[in-house]
Amino acid sequence: MARRFRISTLVSLLLIAVMVLSACSFGGGDTETKNSQVLNLAEIQEPPKLDSAKTTDVVSSMILGNVMEGLYRLDKDSKPVLGMAAKEPEVSADQLTWTFTVRDAKWSDGKPVTAHDFEFAWKRALNPETASEYAYILYPIKGAESYNTGKGSVDDVGVRALDDKTLQVVLERPIPYFKDLLCFSTYLPQRQDIVEKYGDKYSLEVDTMVYNGPFIFTDWKHNQSFQVKKNPSYWDKDTVKLEEVNWQIVKDNTTLVNLYNTGKLDFTKLTSEFIDAFKDDPNTFAIYDGSSWYLEMNQTKDFFKNRKIRQAIQLAIDRDTFVKGILKNGSIPAGGLVPPFIKASGVDENKKYRDLVKLEPEFDPAKAKQLWQEGLKELGLTKAPTIELLGDDTTGAKANLQFIKEQLRVNLGADVQITSVPFKERLERGKTQRFDLLVSGWSPDYNDAMTFLDLFTTDNAFNRGKYSNPEYDQLIRKSKENADFKERFQDLKKAEEVLIDDAAIVPLYFRTEMAVKKPFIKDWYWSAIGPEYTLKWTYVETGK
Amino acid sequence: MDMIKYTLTRLGYMIVTLWIIVTATFFLMHSLPGTPLQNEEKLPPLIRDQIMETYGLNDPLPVQYMNFLGRLVQGDLGKSLTYDGRSVTEMLLEGFQASSFIGMQALVFGVVVGLFLGVAAALRHGGLLDNIATIVAVAGVSIPSFVMAGLLSYWVGVKWQLLPTALWGTYEHTILPSLSLSFFVIAQMSRYIRTEMVEVLDQDYMKTAKAKGLGRQAIIFRHALRNALIPAVTVLGPLAVNIITGSLVVETIFAIPGIGEFFVQSIQVNDYTLIMGVTIFYAVLILVTIFVVDILYGIIDPRIRLAGARE
Repeated sequence: MARRFRISTLVSLLLIAVMVLSACSFGGGDTETKNSQVLNLAEIQEPPKLDSAKTTDVVSSMILGNVMEGLYRLDKDSKPVLGMAAKEPEVSADQLTWTFTVRDAKWSDGKPVTAHDFEFAWKRALNPETASEYAYILYPIKGAESYNTGKGSVDDVGVRALDDKTLQVVLERPIPYFKDLLCFSTYLPQRQDIVEKYGDKYSLEVDTMVYNGPFIFTDWKHNQSFQVKKNPSYWDKDTVKLEEVNWQIVKDNTTLVNLYNTGKLDFTKLTSEFIDAFKDDPNTFAIYDGSSWYLEMNQTKDFFKNRKIRQAIQLAIDRDTFVKGILKNGSIPAGGLVPPFIKASGVDENKKYRDLVKLEPEFDPAKAKQLWQEGLKELGLTKAPTIELLGDDTTGAKANLQFIKEQLRVNLGADVQITSVPFKERLERGKTQRFDLLVSGWSPDYNDAMTFLDLFTTDNAFNRGKYSNPEYDQLIRKSKENADFKERFQDLKKAEEVLIDDAAIVPLYFRTEMAVKKPFIKDWYWSAIGPEYTLKWTYVETGK
Repeated sequence: MDMIKYTLTRLGYMIVTLWIIVTATFFLMHSLPGTPLQNEEKLPPLIRDQIMETYGLNDPLPVQYMNFLGRLVQGDLGKSLTYDGRSVTEMLLEGFQASSFIGMQALVFGVVVGLFLGVAAALRHGGLLDNIATIVAVAGVSIPSFVMAGLLSYWVGVKWQLLPTALWGTYEHTILPSLSLSFFVIAQMSRYIRTEMVEVLDQDYMKTAKAKGLGRQAIIFRHALRNALIPAVTVLGPLAVNIITGSLVVETIFAIPGIGEFFVQSIQVNDYTLIMGVTIFYAVLILVTIFVVDILYGIIDPRIRLAGARE
């Protein structure tokens, strides 16, 4: 009796398990073709802020770029094309006054898009009470900075809706990249009545905002998924082919790849551990994330004030091997600070800055060693002090630090100690010069070399190594005011050459990510600046 | 009367404990480097200060602390600093739905299986079944849930395609995550039950019960199992709280919108309000559970109730 009871319970448990398992669907993976204009994508995080005046992150900015539209939007070559602007603006001879005509377009609730929506949104972002972390992107507008910092008045901000269709913008100084800026999230329009109606609930759910972009935001399950559908009232709706796009929020890299392999996702980014598994897959592609990575050297210390020491370090790191052997993600070895996708703005809109300013990474251990010895002699040292190399504490970052340490040890005989800290701690230490060598990265705010080059002027807060060269400062200062864009370009080129020649920093690499997508996705345009990708022109190649 | 007094005293202790936890967390959290700002790296220092001012983060710490306590007493956990404008309470409750569902399911399954396994092993003390139970228990304790999760997701989800690899939405999506969490529960339960059962079965009163002519089932369930449950209930309380508040790794691997992630992520980004929110939420759950477990002791073993009341 007792024994029968025991066995029977075990058997019944097994039966339950089998039933549970068999009751579930045997859903297999989708095939490589599709018959509907639907995409299933993934993002690694919940969009934190969809209020365009406040947003700072990649996911929110991508969504906004697809459900909203500014005066311009980025096309397949990351060039600004007309969005809410009906035609090219009238620009005054001094390049300071821009007059835009807003096209006949509607918000998703049927009301027309007006010039007032732009004026409201921009001034709202600049209002100190909004506490926008990206308000400074509006600073090229006259009076914007002083209003944002609480010194000036909102009435002096150089943006005004002359009537419902006409927006006049006055700039503080001439810039060759203003149209590119207009594609940035902070420059999107907002509806005053909607923002005021929902107050602090604005943009927290899909129904507490209105849309004027190619898609409308239709579903948002926090931390789980979100969805957009084609916007039937979009001015250029005939161009938009996708009917629906779903995103799942998935944080784990392995899970992403599993979901891609089982057909639940049409796309995933690939972290370095999966690069080898996908290396023969023709559907992989590279995504420039826009950032430039470099080593800063603490020039408040006498040791790194010595130019020869800095030059030696610059020559001692083999960036080719670094990129191919350690990073393995398609990143590009850097010889300069400005990444390859930055435009030669103001000179030739079709060329890249790097096409015209070549700076290849130089690796010369013999020369490095010689400069190192000379530097030591100049400093009156027989032996270099122990060098502290500071960086992030992620797995990838640690491998990078290890590589740099080894290069300096082997090629210079330097004794390097690695300190890996969490991201926020790295910022804190960088800001207060508590390091010898610091691995830093910078992502562009706009499509012009200036977004990188002004980092290393003497008084810039992000010049953590405290590099200082009056010639460099002068070139940057002049370029900021210069309306002669050709001369400006030459000055920026000169500045970057000075920077590298001085070994102010050691450029390391321009970061790239690898990704894989199903072959039926066509015309999906990515950008290293502004919204990460646009789906306006994307379509599914059906019925193959 | 004794019982009421006992309960009230315990309640008082709980509030004091909670206050200590909250205070310690508050000050520890503010000693972390950095600010909750997202674009911190790029913000000009002047603007950063101004934004911190807007959020009241420039006030001296004691002032911020008093403000926080004031709001807390009114039951207001504030708004997340990362997910701008979203109420922390709302975020926790939303996430808790998913986490607790998976957790409860894992717990029920784990306890039932663990109980049977433990009892069966004890009855066949030293036999084949006992050895199998030992292996299961050792494996369950030593293989971390994220390894189980990874293996289940890969084999059942990708290779055999029996259940969804990950994601959330239907009941099927909950099975693998619950299974991966339940192994630890099975292991814990079966070990505790088995050990206690073996001991209890050797007691004299078991012989007495047998001599009284009671049936074997009555002896096992009414006398042996009931006594063997006490240590199991002790571990079950905290174990339950741990499991229903979500496991970061299991939720990450299966892409579940639970609260497990908040525990780690809120600290990484210095989302002060969210850190306090998860801490308080977790602390309250633990304190209540310990309280409930104490009451449960009394039901299972009247001697404990008397001892408690006499104090």
